[in-house]
Amino acid sequence: MAPSKVVLRFPAAIADKPIIFHLVRDFDLMINILKANINPHKEGTMVLDVAGENVIEGLEFLRRQGVTVQPLTEEIVRNEERCTHCGACTAICPSGALYIERPAMLVCFDSEACVLCQLCVRACPVRAMEVRI
Amino acid sequence: MRGAERQVKKRRISLPDKTFQEINAKIKAGKAVVVTAEELIQLVAEKGVGRAAREVDVVTTGTFAPMCSSGAYFNFGHSAPRIKFHRLWLNGVPAYAGLAAVDAFLGATALPDEDPLNMNHPGEFRYGGGHVIEEFVAGKPIRLKATGYGTDCYPRREIETVITLGDLNEAVLFNPRNAYQNYACAVNTGPRTLYTYMGVLRPHSGNAHFSTSAQLSPLLKDPYFRTIGVGTRIFLGGGTGYVVHHGTQHFPGIPSLPADAPRIPSGGTLAVIGDLKRMSPQWLRGTSMLGYGATLSVGVGVPIPLLNEEICYYASRPDSDLYAPVIDFAEDYPNRRPGKLGMISYAELKSGRITLQGKEVPTAPLSSYSKAREICGILKEWIASGKFLLGEPVTLLPGPDAGIIPKTLEDRGPERRNG
Ligand code: SF4
Ligand code: SF4
Repeated sequence: MAPSKVVLRFPAAIADKPIIFHLVRDFDLMINILKANINPHKEGTMVLDVAGENVIEGLEFLRRQGVTVQPLTEEIVRNEERCTHCGACTAICPSGALYIERPAMLVCFDSEACVLCQLCVRACPVRAMEVRI
Repeated sequence: MRGAERQVKKRRISLPDKTFQEINAKIKAGKAVVVTAEELIQLVAEKGVGRAAREVDVVTTGTFAPMCSSGAYFNFGHSAPRIKFHRLWLNGVPAYAGLAAVDAFLGATALPDEDPLNMNHPGEFRYGGGHVIEEFVAGKPIRLKATGYGTDCYPRREIETVITLGDLNEAVLFNPRNAYQNYACAVNTGPRTLYTYMGVLRPHSGNAHFSTSAQLSPLLKDPYFRTIGVGTRIFLGGGTGYVVHHGTQHFPGIPSLPADAPRIPSGGTLAVIGDLKRMSPQWLRGTSMLGYGATLSVGVGVPIPLLNEEICYYASRPDSDLYAPVIDFAEDYPNRRPGKLGMISYAELKSGRITLQGKEVPTAPLSSYSKAREICGILKEWIASGKFLLGEPVTLLPGPDAGIIPKTLEDRGPERRNG
């Protein structure tokens, strides 16, 4: 069974190509965009709900285009005890879910905005960002 | 000399310097006026340098960030029969045992022998010396494994046991280089993501990382080392520590800056020491820099006595007057080439966006400003309540006038000829 919910990561070089259009048209899929953070010339992320007969082929097509495809089965949480509010994750997080509140300079985590790319999980120096399955 | 500095020098003549003894007497009497560096900035903006210098006795500064060149030494006591450590591991992390039979030094960046390192780049470096120190301080049990070669007086050849901090005779945090005065703002103009000690740097200047608490940062607030020296008592890892020397790579010289910027030095450092048993894991945090290595995040706070107006002037410089050099980690830094991207103020860096070569770049700190502020507050409370006296330096640290020139490691091949 192919996963119905997937997290896609688009490298900057292909962020402005009509990839999702081709996914829908060429593979006859129904998609529901749950979250998206796509900007021209920048790395982007998207959480998709995909349905149809050719889901596996469609996801394979995405991978061939250079898109990273991960099943959406997890949740990202912050260990509040460990977080030192350093800020190291804030310029890496592609969705703006991790951001600095000024002037307090405290780091906030908005899990609603998180697109589960997991970049922060390894980039956080004190391992405060955790994957919860 | 620039306007503001000249003014300070002139006015200084009329005001006699306060002394450490006078301020300590006030602290003991509970009468010392202590403010944080943030509060001093506000006060000077309202009342001017002269009045602030007269009214305030001590300003507290602080920083909390990953600090390599940290570590701890221990004395483990003797086993029966005795062993002389030849090799030693604490939770699998090797410690340096070449000191004495049961003394050892554990460095923050030490890694387990079996760590995959960067074989699968970028390596995660989930556990290292810094993490062992954090767990020690948290009171957790630590696995000790040691081997010896056996002597007539130390016959044992192997030991495996479990220890906690309380079991040790001495456990002393000793950091040869902490509290870096100033730090680069790191960017990556190259085409691929870089994993550095300055964090994950995205390609094509996708982000910029900086790492000081700037207007709270201890050595940026006493840039001429008028008050900080050997014997300065400090906040260290949640306990009390001391400055014991200038740190390694202590380069307090002054780089060239934008025309209207006050002169600030580049990179003085502190060597500090303190009793690990009195510290807290909240202020000593094992740290992993993706693709780079493990280290320790350390909380350091330094009190600066406002002995005169000049000291007060420098201690009151805000973020907008303090600058970081912008360094490209794609080519310049790894090859030790001088940077050519200029200087940028901490006010701009802290705003979250800078403009670099015409491009807008998001910025982020690696140094926790909110924790630095907390340290300033704790130290202020310690001093104001009379339980923390200033340590008068036996000798001040070398400042910008000492003419220290950075030395480099030259690749001369294995044989060095004289002349
Ligand atoms: S990098 Fe980690 S410790 Fe730093 S602010 Fe982000 S979550 Fe907190
Ligand atoms: S996983 Fe982390 S980096 Fe990715 S969007 Fe969520 S918070 Fe941001």
